Amino acid sequence: MAYPTDRKYSKSHEWIQASGTTAAIGITDHAQEALGDIVFVELPKVGAELAAGKGFGTVESVKAVSDLYAPATGTVTETNADLATSPENVNKDPHGSWMMKITLKNPGELDALLSAADYEKFVAEEAGH
Amino acid sequence: MRKTALNAVHRQMGAKMVDFNGWDMPVEYPASIGGGIINEHMAVRTGVGIFDVSHMGDIRLAGPQALAAVQHISMNDASRLAIGQAQYSALLYPQGTFVDDVIVHRLGEEEYLLVINAGTREKDFNWVRDNTRQFDCAVENLSDDFTQIAIQGPKGVDTLQKLTDADLSAVKFYWITRGTVCGLKNILIARTGYTAEDGFEIYIPADEATSARAWNEILSAGKEFGIVPCGLGARNTLRLEGKLPLYGHEISDTINVWEAGLDRFCKMEKPEFIGRAALEKAKAEGVTRTLVGLEMVERGIARDGYKVLDSGGREIGYVTSGSPAPFLKKNIALAYVPLEFAAVGTTVKVEIRGQGVGAQVVPTPFYKRPKK
Repeated sequence: MAYPTDRKYSKSHEWIQASGTTAAIGITDHAQEALGDIVFVELPKVGAELAAGKGFGTVESVKAVSDLYAPATGTVTETNADLATSPENVNKDPHGSWMMKITLKNPGELDALLSAADYEKFVAEEAGH
Repeated sequence: MRKTALNAVHRQMGAKMVDFNGWDMPVEYPASIGGGIINEHMAVRTGVGIFDVSHMGDIRLAGPQALAAVQHISMNDASRLAIGQAQYSALLYPQGTFVDDVIVHRLGEEEYLLVINAGTREKDFNWVRDNTRQFDCAVENLSDDFTQIAIQGPKGVDTLQKLTDADLSAVKFYWITRGTVCGLKNILIARTGYTAEDGFEIYIPADEATSARAWNEILSAGKEFGIVPCGLGARNTLRLEGKLPLYGHEISDTINVWEAGLDRFCKMEKPEFIGRAALEKAKAEGVTRTLVGLEMVERGIARDGYKVLDSGGREIGYVTSGSPAPFLKKNIALAYVPLEFAAVGTTVKVEIRGQGVGAQVVPTPFYKRPKK
């Protein structure tokens, strides 16, 4: 799957798509593929403060539990309620299934994240280990 | 890392591989060929799936005192086995705790085959050899001689029947036969498995070419039944729904037979076997904890090792195996709890990321296959 170029990626396999000071966050195709069938997504409440690089939630597949890390600092404004009943949407459409939206505290933080091309390279290198 | 003879086949099929007790094994196959733990699990419940279980070990005991040797080292009563019959049993330490659980097959008048777990192969073989020296009986480790393939599910019989001259309809559950399979002569065919479903396990020569050919022929034969290759992920969820114990989880060297609830496979009327005296004492003293089935009633998934709490938040036990149950579509777990929390309907909590999440003791097995 090609990684969309309209967003940035973290080394912990989240994507973040910003528009002004608002951003949507999800997990990458590589992350969903590694996890397998996703059955549970636990997200913070609206109003929660996220700190870049810190854990904000959990995604679980049949086999595994994986922490989610915030790619940027900000305040949660909305969570994707569909994922409570249809977590498998993350497998089907990882880059379309946003988990939550946040107001960015410092949009400049995104510059430190990976581009689609760099993320793809990072994933390939990780697989090579 | 150790590899089965089918390793290259799994990799070719795009399986996700994991280190399982030092073995490089498929955990699941790609969705593009019908895989994924949920799909694989459902295939076995409703159709047929095949598993490479060659990492399991095999110990052969043969000789005039083979039965006496098997009786001494195992808790079930092997004297009840007819030739061609198998039974679930366990090897015990003198303390009444588990060396491993095993399937004992009676292959001949004086010949038995113990099928043991991958992670305990060397330990088991050494245990069996060291504890049967006083018997006139040869003990052989045949673990590397076989590729073991499990064909599991209600359509397993129809799939395998296409490839063998043996009359599978005449083989009852936990019985064995021999026949030509995929052109290979005198193959051991057992109606056994670890999925709580009907199915077979076949033991074929462990060379790569033969193993790959048989694997592919089974996949072709099962195509009309929607056969799916299955990995260790589905193997675990299938056995959990059926409450089949896994070594290192429900049974171990610190858990005894009574606690594990395996009473019906332990024949105390046998005059002697390793562990018997300790079990007699343990029974007289009474057990304090027992294995129960839990179903999550609040949102959350119990996982192996999570704490079980009483409704007031006090730690009372732990989860041995926990997972979403793909067929039952519930989040289930097996857990050790004190006897006073073991009654069906008892409300407990499972600690998930620091939070007590509501669960209830439910009857087990969680899943029982429908009677034909």
